[in-house]
Amino acid sequence: MDHIKNFVISVLVSNHSGVLSRVTGMFTRRGFNIDTLTVGETESPEFSRITITMHGDEAVCDQIVKQLEKMYDVKTVQVMKGSKTVVRELLLIKVKNTSETRQDVMSVIDAFRAKISDYSPEALIIEIRGASSKIDAFIELVKPYGILEMCRTGLVALERGGSCLKDA
Amino acid sequence: MKLKGAQIIVETLIEQGASTVFGYPGGQVIDIYDALYLAQDRIHHIITAHEQGASHAADGYARSTGEVGVVIATSGPGATNLVTGIATAYLDSIPLVAITGNVPNSLIGRDSFQEVDITGVTMPITKHNFFVKKIEDLADTIREAFRIAKSGRPGPVLVDVPKDVQNGLYEYETQAKIQKDDVPAPEEADIAKAAELIAAAERPYIYIGGGAVTDNAGEQVLALAEKIDAPIGCTMMGISAVPASNPRWLGMEGMHGHYASSIAQNEADLIVTAGCRFSDRGTGNTSKYARNAKIIHMDIDPSEMCKNIPAEVCITGSMRAVLEKLTAAVEQKQHPAWMARVQELKEYTAKLEQQKEGELTPFTAIDAIAAHTNKDTIVATDVGQHQMWVAQRYPFETPRTFISSGGLGTMGFGLGAAIGAATATGRKTVLVTGDGSFGMNLNEMATAVSNNTPVVIFIMNNGVLGMVRQWQTLFYNKHYSNTTLERKTDFVKLAEAFGMPGYRAMHLAELHEILPKAFAVDGPVLIDCAIDCDAFVLPMLPPGGSIDDIIVDPTAM
Repeated sequence: MDHIKNFVISVLVSNHSGVLSRVTGMFTRRGFNIDTLTVGETESPEFSRITITMHGDEAVCDQIVKQLEKMYDVKTVQVMKGSKTVVRELLLIKVKNTSETRQDVMSVIDAFRAKISDYSPEALIIEIRGASSKIDAFIELVKPYGILEMCRTGLVALERGGSCLKDA
Repeated sequence: MKLKGAQIIVETLIEQGASTVFGYPGGQVIDIYDALYLAQDRIHHIITAHEQGASHAADGYARSTGEVGVVIATSGPGATNLVTGIATAYLDSIPLVAITGNVPNSLIGRDSFQEVDITGVTMPITKHNFFVKKIEDLADTIREAFRIAKSGRPGPVLVDVPKDVQNGLYEYETQAKIQKDDVPAPEEADIAKAAELIAAAERPYIYIGGGAVTDNAGEQVLALAEKIDAPIGCTMMGISAVPASNPRWLGMEGMHGHYASSIAQNEADLIVTAGCRFSDRGTGNTSKYARNAKIIHMDIDPSEMCKNIPAEVCITGSMRAVLEKLTAAVEQKQHPAWMARVQELKEYTAKLEQQKEGELTPFTAIDAIAAHTNKDTIVATDVGQHQMWVAQRYPFETPRTFISSGGLGTMGFGLGAAIGAATATGRKTVLVTGDGSFGMNLNEMATAVSNNTPVVIFIMNNGVLGMVRQWQTLFYNKHYSNTTLERKTDFVKLAEAFGMPGYRAMHLAELHEILPKAFAVDGPVLIDCAIDCDAFVLPMLPPGGSIDDIIVDPTAM
């Protein structure tokens, strides 16, 4: 068994209805697990960009890329190289707001350069973006103060430098 | 010129070369059927007994000719009845265009009468599918469907057209028949690597699949085999690519492959694969598959490379081009010791497959049929023991004469497919089926009678679901759970009731007497032939087993 690794795969697809379910359906059908998936319009309204993170060995990743490349709506597929990629994730997290814990929560927010997006007597909504590891660490730190609910966007990723997915 | 959407559909089908289409009318395709009525001197439509039969007929049309098969069905149940046929075509990479009607755009998503999301349903079993929202896109979408269906690795494409699009008016201009996409040439570096492996090999084995049939690469396979002095084995889908009479031909390997073909594959030190995907039926336990061999995998579909079996060299391209390049890149080789071993295996196989004279067995029945056919006769099958017997025994000489559901293993495939093949080629077509499979879609006898389709239906009737029974005998302590059919169906009378002659054979002598009469019938005819319910398909590699577990004589188990 090969080494299990995390992969970030960027996929440029035609921007019409049903494309997302085609892509996710292929993952389900072939038994590939998706860790996160984000999708949105690109600079060209013709195309959407899907960013998928998954874990597995190289062979699984290769097979996923080949299956994606076969799909009618898929224009280009690229496995993003960690060192050459800017990756970001956004977290919205609702934490209990009590007079006893408020100061501690605030100092975590400061340390992580997160920001408060909603302030109410019962709860704070905190917004933080960064690499997934930073977000994981943040969640761990605020956990003791009482997480009411949270929502992660999943990863988005762009290659550093001038080259673009559409030319890949 | 401005045409109704339904007419645009029919005109585009004609423009794309669909001379015969199969289907079944219904509420949301009345307009298409009206357009077919108006164009009946230019396009022939065959109505089947059931949409499933129509889908298999379109598939048989495609398999026998290499052209795209077309099937039309209405929304809802009409569309869902196509599903098995579409999946059958998908698993065997058969070019098919399915046109379905749907409720008008204004009623979509409201659970309207006979509304079903057929593009959603067929997403995993089509190469691609389309929902045509606007009439402006209609003609080009159908053209695109044909292009996708036949390009690269072929497959089925579904086009769903809501009723208001069929009713609308739009400009239409005839275009030329769309051509297949060009396939990129194989990488020279891959060819060179493969040539090196071939140069070093002492026991090469060529292994071909459906891709060799699709690309009509039989000649190129033989040329390579001659040059590298190798035997040729195949998957079930590879049958007919190379004439069975060729001395290098070992026939099918795998779960029910010929002894020589499977053993030689295991003894080979190099397997050169053309157009196959290493299905589990071919490989058995993959960890023990071809342990002695390096593998060169050649296929048109890059996603098949290393999917099931890792290969030393993978070459993507059209099979003819790849084989030609590879043949040119290798030196003439001689492997007398290896070919002598192969010959020895062939002789042993012939001994294993020897039949008692005068006895009616699956093999003597097939031999008797073969005596009445010629090398261009198409032989279709259903799925089960009879299918394996035909795959093993019938001497296929011409590409596209063997029509059988490989990947999906669809019982009930045969009759529709045989009707499609006979219609497409105008040639007498034999369907070898079992009483179980035949029972699934025998309603298509009506279609064969209505169209006087020259189909010789040969039922190997053993009163049981023989393949499952064989597993129950070998691996389930003879618990014959629901495989003994206890039917009282009189297939001869049934044939007559449908309007075709029927014959029954209980012994070999009787069969020899009947066959000339049956083959002389102009139109469909049925032969009900008694087969022993405990006849086995042998050899057998048990499920999940390897070549070490090959069963040649089950009484020795």
